[in-house]
Amino acid sequence: MTLTFDDFRPGRFGSFGPRHVTREEILAFAAEFDPQPMHLDEEAASRSMLKGLSGSGWHLCAIVMRMMFDGFIGDTASLGSPGVNEMRWLAPLRPGDDLMLDVDVVEARISRSRPETGIVTFNCAARNAAGQVLCVMVSPIMVRRRDDVVAG
Amino acid sequence: MRFFEDMTVGQRRDIGSFTFTADAIKRFAAQFDPQRFHLDEEAGRNSLFGGLAASGWHVGSVCMKLLVADGQRQSAEAQARGEEVAAWGPSPGFRDLRWIKPVLAGDTVSFASEIVALRTSETRPEWGILQGRNTGTNQRGELVYSILATAFVPRRNFRA
Repeated sequence: MTLTFDDFRPGRFGSFGPRHVTREEILAFAAEFDPQPMHLDEEAASRSMLKGLSGSGWHLCAIVMRMMFDGFIGDTASLGSPGVNEMRWLAPLRPGDDLMLDVDVVEARISRSRPETGIVTFNCAARNAAGQVLCVMVSPIMVRRRDDVVAG
Repeated sequence: MRFFEDMTVGQRRDIGSFTFTADAIKRFAAQFDPQRFHLDEEAGRNSLFGGLAASGWHVGSVCMKLLVADGQRQSAEAQARGEEVAAWGPSPGFRDLRWIKPVLAGDTVSFASEIVALRTSETRPEWGILQGRNTGTNQRGELVYSILATAFVPRRNFRA
């Protein structure tokens, strides 16, 4: 069953996870994409503003994307996304975190330029097992409408 | 990396370029964004992207990679001159990220960074806050990526 535009209504959509994040994957992502000492080196990280080894914010973004995919995007007629309105990194991603993702639909509207397509704007918040919110993202995704709805 | 006092609004730097191979696109997508248009040439051709397209998060992560590499080059130059080296702080987030055009397999994207705002932090006087517009342009000169990024940068010789 593939979700289409009409399955997304404003309000709480769902919570997804948990996703366990290991030290090894934090170090591997940082080595490839964000090799700052605060993401790679315990000693340097302990002296940083974040006071301890933390994952790259871009790693957290990528994990949130994967949690969205596993949660519902993989079963959605997704056409891609034009961007991200806002991403707030509120607390550091730590080795061993178990993340949950709370997803709300903020807005669902039909594209003016492509009437067969809807644009669903999501608010996604990732939180750790202690309930601390690590990041909040507002991002639109283009979703195909049901054929019979468009034809009608 | 530079200190807050070394920066002025309007400063622009080319921070490097990156070629998105099909292998790299698929490797990132398999791990983080396994939508079919990021994994399979045929599915990519049949999508709005018109070809195997990099995940937008891959493009953003590569921009970060090049920003860090550029900062490390600047640090090495400062060190060679016998100057004090600044270590960047974390980022509180970003706004207005736009994936303007798809980045397809084989595309080379050149990234640039321009400082658009600078302010001191009221709650953390040892830090300044930089807002920068980072952009990516492909080999045809088309703007493909844009983001308004924010970061803490250290102030020089700050004494509380």
